[in-house]
Amino acid sequence: MSIAIEANNLVKHYGEVKALDGLSLKVEQGSVFGLLGPNGAGKTTTVRVLTTLLNPDSGTAFVSGVDVINDPVHAREIMGLSGQSATVDENLTGIENLVMLGRLFRLPRKEANEKAIELLERFNLTDASKRIVKTYSGGMRRRLDLAASLIANPNILFLDEPTTGLDPRSRIMMWDVIKGLVSSGTTVLLTTQYLEEADQLADKIAVIDKGKVIAQGTADELKTQVGGERIDVVVDESKAQNAAATLKNIASGPVVVDGEHVQAPVTGGGVKVVDAVRALDAASIVIKEIQLRRPTLDDVFLTLTGHHAEEVKVEDELVDSKRGRK
Amino acid sequence: MSSRSVTENYARKHGKVYWLFHDSFVITWRNLLRFRRNPEVLFFDVVQPIIFILLFAFVFGGAIDVGDGNYRSFLIPGIFVQTIAFAGASAAIGLNADMNSGIIDRFKSLPMNTLGVLLGQNFADLARSVITLFIMSLTGLAIGWRISGGFINAVYAYLLLLFFCFAMAWIGATIGLSVSSPQVASTAGFAWLFPLTFLSNAFVPSETLPSWLRIFAEWNPITSIVAAERYLFGYPVPVAADAPFSLQHPILTTIIWLIVITAIFMPLAGRKFRKATSR
Repeated sequence: MSIAIEANNLVKHYGEVKALDGLSLKVEQGSVFGLLGPNGAGKTTTVRVLTTLLNPDSGTAFVSGVDVINDPVHAREIMGLSGQSATVDENLTGIENLVMLGRLFRLPRKEANEKAIELLERFNLTDASKRIVKTYSGGMRRRLDLAASLIANPNILFLDEPTTGLDPRSRIMMWDVIKGLVSSGTTVLLTTQYLEEADQLADKIAVIDKGKVIAQGTADELKTQVGGERIDVVVDESKAQNAAATLKNIASGPVVVDGEHVQAPVTGGGVKVVDAVRALDAASIVIKEIQLRRPTLDDVFLTLTGHHAEEVKVEDELVDSKRGRK
Repeated sequence: MSSRSVTENYARKHGKVYWLFHDSFVITWRNLLRFRRNPEVLFFDVVQPIIFILLFAFVFGGAIDVGDGNYRSFLIPGIFVQTIAFAGASAAIGLNADMNSGIIDRFKSLPMNTLGVLLGQNFADLARSVITLFIMSLTGLAIGWRISGGFINAVYAYLLLLFFCFAMAWIGATIGLSVSSPQVASTAGFAWLFPLTFLSNAFVPSETLPSWLRIFAEWNPITSIVAAERYLFGYPVPVAADAPFSLQHPILTTIIWLIVITAIFMPLAGRKFRKATSR
């Protein structure tokens, strides 16, 4: 298997803040690589370095063997980028945007036109192609932005939080679009805050925190590491430590106590809930509430780092992306 | 992939300068499309010049005595110059908006020459000025202004105005790339133009000014170009024998001014742009 994207020991400081702290990753050709982490973990910085938008303080990066840092122009010809904030011109129509970008990719006029029409068709935007992008919905903008990144048939595609801020329906639509791309052989690196998204799309996932990869593997490997599912029990706060000790025998990983909440990772599903109820009952601990759920990014973080992933409200992100990042 | 190699072959066929202009023209086209959809731009380019000409001609025309009594001929070159000077503000606002939106990341991720964003803004401002000059000229002709300096001189007059637009747009670009937000760019882009254009001979003869303002007005590039335009359109304003060089030789002074402005602000804007788009 050849390597399509490679980053070695990337370091980037913003003043005192260490955005990247020795980040390394390898992405196999034709695979989908998910970069999973909370806001501020270094996802966007990683993508900006790999797509030549930002120079790291140190470290090396290659796309298809081309040095991203020393040969950016050549590297740009190989890859496409769909950013966190939609990077299309709001005052142009869909087709004008794609033709402009095609021309800037140095496609001949006719080819740029044909490519624009083909991409609009493919992303279900033909009806809206003559409308100004300002009038597009969030999902349509993202699709146009993704179309824009595919103009030159890149072999490698970077998607920075492709579904952040989208409603569930648009999100699923976007997933289908990305799956379609992958099946045609494109290598994709995508960043996300949602474990479910990485699970749906990525062959391999790297969890990053504070500019470093802290865990890596397939979605299944990661989940096993984190524990397949989670039992959340609410008990009296004075009994929480007791409950944790009781659940330790059932759990597949460390049990976490947070006030009156006790969380135990388990593998095996419903049966384990029954076990938990029995064990707690036997220890005469009164259960106020109990539920079984799939692990979230927060659980991954809690398990791997011992701290919560800082969740940021979707509204805040939208404001941030409109304001533009520096 | 097959179309990949087509692209690369096509891209390799030409040199760097060809692609800089190619990219600049694509951005120019894009900026013109944006202008066309912006009602504010339409107002500034079409409605405001007409209003200005009519306003000055009919409201101030009777009140201001310029000697030979033809205030319209005196006035219209002044309005041309003032209107074109405001191209600087357009460059400031346009570039600042681009730098603050996600589109600049898209441009940077392309194998294009990003300096095309800077040049494309300037070219689009030039195109706007051509349209504005056309509309203002028609309005002027409709109210009795005449070109009486000959065809060749008239061509020079318009070319000088476009060179003026080109130079002013570099000042605007430098401002737009130096300030943080489009709101500030809009204010800062316009603010310096009001004293500059009014402290000149554009609307009143400079002899009417108090002496300390008069020296400023006499050496103001706006004064030079307005005097040059009046001469080229065939209504030269008589100059006293002891008038400074700038008024004795307005065309030469204007050209020197424009070269100096361009030589300072084009590289400055270029450097600021490179810094803003650097990695």
